[in-house]
Amino acid sequence: MRMLRDTWIVFRRYFGRTLTSPLYMGVSLAQPVLYLVLFAPLLKSVASVPGLPGGGAYNVFVPGLLVQLSLFGVTSGGWGLIAEARAGIIERMRVTPVSGVSLLLGRTLRDVVMLVLQAMLIVGAALPFGLSLAWPGIFFAFVLMAVIALLMASVSYAAALWLRDENTFGAVVFSATLPLMLLSGVLLPISLAPSWLQAVADVNPVLYAVEAQRTLFANHLADASVFRGFLAVGVLALAAAWASARSFGRAVA
Amino acid sequence: MRIPESAPVIQAHDLRRTFGNRRGQVVEAVAGIDFEVEHGSIFGFLGPNGAGKTTTLRMLVTLLIPTSGDALVAGFSLLRQPERLRERIGYVGQTGGTDRSVSGRAELEFQGRLYGMSARDSRRRAIELIETFELGGCADRVTETYSGGQRRRLDVALGLVHKPDVLCLDEPTAGLDPQSRARMWDEVKRLRDRGTTVFLTTHYLEEADALCDRLAIIDHGLIVAGGTPEELKRGIAGDVVTLGVPRDRQAALDALRSQPFVRQYDPLDPSGSAIRVYVGRGETAIQPSCASLNTTGSCSKPSP
Repeated sequence: MRMLRDTWIVFRRYFGRTLTSPLYMGVSLAQPVLYLVLFAPLLKSVASVPGLPGGGAYNVFVPGLLVQLSLFGVTSGGWGLIAEARAGIIERMRVTPVSGVSLLLGRTLRDVVMLVLQAMLIVGAALPFGLSLAWPGIFFAFVLMAVIALLMASVSYAAALWLRDENTFGAVVFSATLPLMLLSGVLLPISLAPSWLQAVADVNPVLYAVEAQRTLFANHLADASVFRGFLAVGVLALAAAWASARSFGRAVA
Repeated sequence: MRIPESAPVIQAHDLRRTFGNRRGQVVEAVAGIDFEVEHGSIFGFLGPNGAGKTTTLRMLVTLLIPTSGDALVAGFSLLRQPERLRERIGYVGQTGGTDRSVSGRAELEFQGRLYGMSARDSRRRAIELIETFELGGCADRVTETYSGGQRRRLDVALGLVHKPDVLCLDEPTAGLDPQSRARMWDEVKRLRDRGTTVFLTTHYLEEADALCDRLAIIDHGLIVAGGTPEELKRGIAGDVVTLGVPRDRQAALDALRSQPFVRQYDPLDPSGSAIRVYVGRGETAIQPSCASLNTTGSCSKPSP
């Protein structure tokens, strides 16, 4: 109970801060829509390319875009955390009875809520272009996004606390997420790749998340790819959240 | 559990903290220290940068786990009861810890919530502290706009939201102008007068002198001297001249008191025949001392 209450209090602070910064809100919400408007039209002409999953260009691209957004959008929290650590704010919170788990989850919840808002915007904007939705597949698609967001936010916060430097953090996070995205089949299907690249992609959990996300958009809930996707990112998310909460709570020099 | 007021509120025993550096060497930041802090006093750790002051303080507030040793703070062990201990101590770090884009009032209310207070209690407590620390004029502005003194007063107010038994201040007046510093000293003394124990670190001699009831001087991770500021000043500033006074002590004391070079004197024992005089420079003080007493004196420097 105490943990839930504390998480809620931490969430309220950070979400409140985000709300009071309209520029930040505006830019972070506009970005994915730009992506959609400027990139998706290119897909129209390649939709018939062999190897591309069926279901129409937008039902291939939008689920992938949402996974990509969960990968990259959430990591920005790490920059804020480094600034806060430097200002002594993290220390100030760590000497209170609030647990590391709540400090982490409260922030992550803010990130997840922001992500869901962005995703709803994208989905809404894509509907007139021909994206088709079905209940409850879309609901589980959002749940999967939240799990990916938990994973990435946890990794990002742990890396930020460990590196304590914006430049290094930026380089590390970008280098780590780039291959995850390239080998996920978000932009082009991995089936087009040579076999060695496919073998590498096979160990990429994000690949399974993207497959699961597309299956969920097609509303095939019982498909094995859905289970695989949740399993791949779910296990990692729990492990990352545990490690990150520990580093929040642990005494660091 | 309330500990009796007569017991020390901090008891550190053989506290030690080592860090590994990049080349794999082990650096001993705090090399095993023992100290006690009386309830309701201001206790200062004085020393140069890198002496181990902040490391000690960070161990006391549970931010760092001691490599060995332990301390009881407000009755709770650092190692065994850190959660309970956190409810009884307040901590104000060197850099403070306020968010520049949040108002002082919002920070105080949020801090109260972190300590488990209800929304209403934390609002009420924020109002109290804004009044105590005279932050009324700026409480609803974002802290970015605060002066150095205002920001530091807010930092201390944040450390007091949950009415801790012990308030730990890391360099409370570093970077403040003389006026703000004097004001901060007054605030800290007022806290002490209301029963809060204050543990602080400083590298300002004058701050240690003006503010602290007791001091420990720390260097290279070890306490090298401890006592009241007066005791320490006697020990480190100037020389001690011991005068043999076989008879008529009172007349000798009266004669010494009127001498401008005598800072302080200390009759060894009321019935004895020696008087210790604390002076700036022993060599130049012996001759006039003897002249004023018409007796013989010997100069000895104190052991540190």
